[in-house]
Amino acid sequence: MTDIPTVAPQLYLQSRSRWRPIEIVFWLATLLPFWLFPDYLSLASQIAVASLFALSLDLILGYAGVVSLGHAAFFGLGAYTAGLFSIYVWGEVFTGLIAGAAVAALVGYASSFIISRFRHLTLIMITLGLGLLLHEAANSAGWLTGGSDGLQGIEVWKVAGLFSFDLYGVTAYSYTLGVLFVVFLAARRLINSPFGLALRGIRENFVRMPAIGADSNSHIRKVYTISAALAGVAGALIAQTTQTVSLEALSFERSADVLVMLVLGGAGRLYGGLIGAAVFMIARDQFSGIAPQYWYFWIGILLVVVVMLLPNGILGGLSKIFARWSRR
Amino acid sequence: MKQSLYAGVAVAVMALLPAGAQAQGTVKIGIISAYSGQFADTANQIDNGIKLYMKQHGDTVAGKKIELIRKDTGGPNPAVAKRLAEELIVRDKVDILAGFTLTPEALGAAPVSAEAKKLLVDMNAATGIITTKSPYIVRTSFTLNQVANTLAEWAVKKGGVKKVYTMVSNFGPGIDAEQYFQKGFKAAGGEIVGSVRMPVANPDFSAFVQRAKDLNPESIFVFVPGGAQPAAIGKAFAERQMDPKKIKIMSTGEAVDETAVKALGDLALGRISGWHYDYNHHSKVNEDFVKAFNAEFKRNPDFFAVGGYDGMHLIYEALKKTGGKADGDSLIAAAKGMKWESPRGPVAIDDKREMVQDIYIRRVEKVDGKIVNVEFDTVKGVHAE
Amino acid sequence: MLPPVFGVLFDGIAYGMLLFVLSVGLSVTLGLMNFVNLAHCAFAMLGGYVTVILMRDLHWPFFATLPMAFCAAALLSIVVERILYRRLYRASDLDQVLLTIGLAFISVAIAAWFFGTQQQPITLPSYLHGSFNVMGLNIAAYRLFLIAIGIVVTVMLIVTVEHTRFGAQVRAAVDNQRMARGLGIDVDRTFAITFALGSGLAGLGGALAIEIVGLDPQFAFTYLVYVLIIVSVGGLGSIGGSFAAACLIGVSDIAGKYYAPQLGAFLIYLVMVAVLMWRPAGLFGRR
Repeated sequence: MTDIPTVAPQLYLQSRSRWRPIEIVFWLATLLPFWLFPDYLSLASQIAVASLFALSLDLILGYAGVVSLGHAAFFGLGAYTAGLFSIYVWGEVFTGLIAGAAVAALVGYASSFIISRFRHLTLIMITLGLGLLLHEAANSAGWLTGGSDGLQGIEVWKVAGLFSFDLYGVTAYSYTLGVLFVVFLAARRLINSPFGLALRGIRENFVRMPAIGADSNSHIRKVYTISAALAGVAGALIAQTTQTVSLEALSFERSADVLVMLVLGGAGRLYGGLIGAAVFMIARDQFSGIAPQYWYFWIGILLVVVVMLLPNGILGGLSKIFARWSRR
Repeated sequence: MKQSLYAGVAVAVMALLPAGAQAQGTVKIGIISAYSGQFADTANQIDNGIKLYMKQHGDTVAGKKIELIRKDTGGPNPAVAKRLAEELIVRDKVDILAGFTLTPEALGAAPVSAEAKKLLVDMNAATGIITTKSPYIVRTSFTLNQVANTLAEWAVKKGGVKKVYTMVSNFGPGIDAEQYFQKGFKAAGGEIVGSVRMPVANPDFSAFVQRAKDLNPESIFVFVPGGAQPAAIGKAFAERQMDPKKIKIMSTGEAVDETAVKALGDLALGRISGWHYDYNHHSKVNEDFVKAFNAEFKRNPDFFAVGGYDGMHLIYEALKKTGGKADGDSLIAAAKGMKWESPRGPVAIDDKREMVQDIYIRRVEKVDGKIVNVEFDTVKGVHAE
Repeated sequence: MLPPVFGVLFDGIAYGMLLFVLSVGLSVTLGLMNFVNLAHCAFAMLGGYVTVILMRDLHWPFFATLPMAFCAAALLSIVVERILYRRLYRASDLDQVLLTIGLAFISVAIAAWFFGTQQQPITLPSYLHGSFNVMGLNIAAYRLFLIAIGIVVTVMLIVTVEHTRFGAQVRAAVDNQRMARGLGIDVDRTFAITFALGSGLAGLGGALAIEIVGLDPQFAFTYLVYVLIIVSVGGLGSIGGSFAAACLIGVSDIAGKYYAPQLGAFLIYLVMVAVLMWRPAGLFGRR
């Protein structure tokens, strides 16, 4: 791992938390679609949601080594909670987000007691199993969730009482991008804290960390809960911006897609999920525009090529190439 | 890490092609369908119906050139369907939305059609509420109550069945089928002796069929989605020696579709179903349609294909009526009350923008050595309620 | 007359045998090389299409197509292993996941391109159709055939692994790869052969599955979850474990649907989670 600090931890963390010019450029670039691609704002908004979802998975997978194939459970919980909240309570969006995050965090916390006990394939399969059970439960509870037709009657108010969600997706993208940025700041702070460093230690050696005073299990429980809350926010965002929620939000496909996006971008790097989601969704949009029946052939080729040329994801591979290049 | 972000930005700003300018004198139709994933075959058959219609009738109508833009939802995903509908309207400037393999897709796009005042032609998705979600939606497929309710009434009144056990897939369409069938069956004086809802992802039906057999019911009603399941459940009936000639096994059309009866062979003989279209329907229009379809795609059309074919017919005829005006209000007004001879038989569009069509009661029989559904009774002019 | 529980057991074990043949290859390759091959079911799908083509277009008898389904999947797996997989044995699990999911995507698109998206039914010989009664128990001929195949495959695998030189090399490599290399065992070659065998069995499973679950391009993904369940419940690298897990999952699926249909979709996931919480390494797993 290139990330292993060779200086005192405090100095290392300080250096990590300093904003680099490239990061500022990145976030400025996220504003470009407003001017350059005003017809693509709906897509941009859904990319922002997928980025947030991938970021939430990165916290557990990339930083704590917890591989999950059932992360859609929390995305779906957030989406259904926000949807039901707008039907039964009110349509205000920010409280809806908080409600979605809270329910997802609660379930995440409860399941974290199971999750933290397992590793490797067993862990993957338990997350997969729990995710599928929740999916089936939502299908059976048609009176609450609308079953396979999806939840009907979601209506949200204008964001901050001013901006209603429009056909062009201007509000949707502004809103999702804003939420993504705020969540990203929080995640960045978390990762560059001693807690974040301890998580990376757990990823590298689960057994040795308790010996230096970091309780692996309790750390994993904490980060799993946080990750679940963030996934819930992502789900709530999709429910609010599209005013639809269906079983697809809880599906295995969604869990698998987000895993692919994150690994594609590069796990264990804050920007990995963001880049992966953008590349995957833009590629998918463009390929499926050209060949709606066969686009996954090209997506498959993309994945194979990335693995072969850029191990550890796009960011992982590129950083290695740049490192070699700058040494020269 | 640091340098890698430069590349990250490059990717984020990855080139997105701006939309081409709209040509004069074109009508653009955005097709939103599940071209990939589990329901890809449904989407492809709808698409074949569309292609065939355009091949036969040219790509120009009322002086306008028809241009199709296809978009893939990948499955029952309303959020993606909604986004695609928005993009088609704001970016590609389409005049009409069409396709819709699955109910969630149609429900996702419905508010967009209402807001943008664009005609939406639902060529397949069959849940009742869809057409109520926007005044610009018209459906050219069918609704489950149209079929299940009609079959139930027929079974009691003419089929000589008084007791039934229902077996349906546990998801929206299955539950709809169960409720409409049971309602119709009870209203006609029949009795429901039991029911079961089977998981949608269900590779093996033997246990459910054994349960049904233990009750030894007079008849069984089945709903399973098209694909692998019709043949699988049919084989489970056969393995359990449940002879359709002794226990009446009734279903909607999916459970005895072409693939299923071919896979089942003689085991399917005697199965009864109520349905609105089969490639063996006897009429000049249908025989020509099936012939042309086979010439083009080397397979038989099914109800998905006829939904796409009739959907295009509706669009073409509506455009002729409006003289090429493609706004939602003109088109929907032109669509209402339209009547034509479809490959499925005489059809019409009612005030609720639903199909009025004949429901055929069919039995699986061997005709000239081939196992096919033979229509032996017709319930005429059924409304979608 | 036998009570219905025997019928449930019979159907469950037959279904389990199908899952066993589909999944045992993945279990062994995961256990042996730690290689996460999510394209496993794509090889199964290839076997299915080989059987369909041979039966429908070339009018081969069903039985003759089964060895071909095995060989086609095994041959393709050797090519893929040589060109792609071999480079990634030492890469991270996540890269392996990405590569093999990519391959599964490609296989789905290729199948849709060549064979269309429709179901591919086959007509079995008449003696595999229908069923007969034994003491009131309904025995379906095809399910009996599945059980027979399952047992034959298990016996052959166990004999190969326990009583041949190659089997001893495989066991040594699973137990301690570094030591095995030190003893002069060509672990890479051992793995390539094991991988081909496992993929071949998947191909056979794909051919056998057409009659029960059908075949279309989505096969590469639809049954992946079931295969992973068998592998994890059985324990990595364990043939006996996969066999036991397949029986357990098959029987509990059928029993759940028969006795408690409202739980139908939940049961196999519940069983999996319960088994893994009780024995995290699977029934017969050691790690």
